[in-house]
Amino acid sequence: MTQTTLPPTEKTQPVSAPRGSISDRSRAERKLGWLLAGPAFVVMLLVTAYPIVQAVYYSLFNYRLTDPDNRSFEGLGNYWVILTDGVWWQAILVTVIITVVTVAVELVLGFALALVMAKALSSIRPVVRAAILIPYAVITVVSAFAWQFAFRIDTGFVNSWFAWLPGVSDTTDWFGGQASSLFVICLAEIWKTTPFISLLLLAGLAQVPDVLQEAAKVDGATWWQRMWRVTIPNMKAAIMVALLFRTLDAFRIFDSIFIMTAGANNTESVSFLAYRQTISRVEIGLGSAVSVLLFLSVVLIAFLFIKGFKVDLAQARGER
Amino acid sequence: MSTKEKTWWWVGGVLIILYCLFPIAWIVSLSFKTTADLANKSFLPSAWTWENYSTILTGTASDLFLPALRNSFGICLIATAISCLLSMFAAYAIARLDFPGKKLILGTALGVAIFPVISIVTPLFNLWRQIGLYDTWPGLIIPYLSLTLPISIWTMSAFFREIPWEMEQAAQVDGATTWQAFRKVIVPLAAPGVFTTAIIAFFIAWNDFAYGISLTSTSAARPVPAALGLFSGASQFQDPTGAIAAAAVIVTIPVVVLVLLFQRRIVAGLTNGAVKG
Repeated sequence: MTQTTLPPTEKTQPVSAPRGSISDRSRAERKLGWLLAGPAFVVMLLVTAYPIVQAVYYSLFNYRLTDPDNRSFEGLGNYWVILTDGVWWQAILVTVIITVVTVAVELVLGFALALVMAKALSSIRPVVRAAILIPYAVITVVSAFAWQFAFRIDTGFVNSWFAWLPGVSDTTDWFGGQASSLFVICLAEIWKTTPFISLLLLAGLAQVPDVLQEAAKVDGATWWQRMWRVTIPNMKAAIMVALLFRTLDAFRIFDSIFIMTAGANNTESVSFLAYRQTISRVEIGLGSAVSVLLFLSVVLIAFLFIKGFKVDLAQARGER
Repeated sequence: MSTKEKTWWWVGGVLIILYCLFPIAWIVSLSFKTTADLANKSFLPSAWTWENYSTILTGTASDLFLPALRNSFGICLIATAISCLLSMFAAYAIARLDFPGKKLILGTALGVAIFPVISIVTPLFNLWRQIGLYDTWPGLIIPYLSLTLPISIWTMSAFFREIPWEMEQAAQVDGATTWQAFRKVIVPLAAPGVFTTAIIAFFIAWNDFAYGISLTSTSAARPVPAALGLFSGASQFQDPTGAIAAAAVIVTIPVVVLVLLFQRRIVAGLTNGAVKG
């Protein structure tokens, strides 16, 4: 398949001073730079790097908060317990299903929203833009409650509205089984986060050069051809950034599950499992091990994206 | 564009608006239902009532909701202010100065942004208990910085890169003092970026649930989302649905007001930070 992109624009590299001899001015600039940016940098490290190191340390112990005297070194024992337990793999499965389903739907839906916003007439555009920010800005917990109440047997209206669908009746208990619970959870997540994706894609759409569109039009390309051969290849970077951020975000899902099912009917995500071990069961050792594994999963996903799909954040930001 | 095409894009726009506002309309409608009406299986209440609002503002649930509202505002505003102040300096350095480590700082911010919150909660839960920060305002403000700082640094440095800094020198050439040039030229140019970043950081802090539910235990520091999550567990009143809906509407009002007032800036901030950085 041929793809039409503009040739890379040649930029002259800035010529820097010869190495080895740093001028006083640049040394002063260096110092000032770190002086200004240093505090933010240190705070970021303190609030993340330090806790994760601490978590790695705790994860090597059998340590229960209600029984601190019996703290004992376990080595990798906690990891063995987790990785041989079906609960962990169930949580991974649920998390992966939610991630794949929501990100796939959000990408398609978000692209459609971005196209409409790009074309929306100026009379209606400010209203659309304000509306699209509402799901983004609403607290996740509030959105989870809204969807839960809508689907619940007692307070909901969904059953009576959709009674004409096969399988839906007045007594359909959406939160009674795994598949239907996950369906509602995904729906709530998709509603809340699609607008963010569509805003990123809209910014990507704006970066597609008009000349290419015009040229393809003159050459007689159909709307569909222009979409696949011109628009999408040219905004690949924006799509990848949106995908990367949303995948990592979806993988950490916690709030919606806590509110809607609290992990009932095998709907526990990895984050929820870590929370339950640590906060509810005060198994600091086991909970820390789950947290470390969650962290490693996120690192792995980011690594796969950046190496596998060649997501170049610098390129996406138009630096090259 | 032909009239027919225009109509279709217009219909598309209206569909988006409906999509975005429907769940909000539902929770508002729910908050006005009477207890007997909650299970009426229809979207709208058959009789409108303020009952749920009085429950959470003056009634039985007010001692759960009002302190939470105060905590949420206080903690989120302080966390936003600190992260804006820190990232203002960092973004200035990244946008204006040439020093090695710029990439390291932006990369670290990105790493922190994708960090799973729950992985921080576990060790903090234990540490905070030992050093007495559990269930206090600072105990939430500090971890909130891990949510707000990265996006503040990215968004603000994207804004600062677009400022024509030469104007500062130009003003000085025209006879302004350094301080005057900074105050009269740079501050007005930088203020919108700082302001927009503050709004986005506030949204993120306001949205937090994982820290709020894990690192607090009483109304001393518990923020609204965590309090909402616990409404269902508390048996202080029979059916919490109406009260939860009313509380949900109240905490949604501030963000809706911010969105309506500053929508254009928020969109610019969100896309700049992610796409241009």
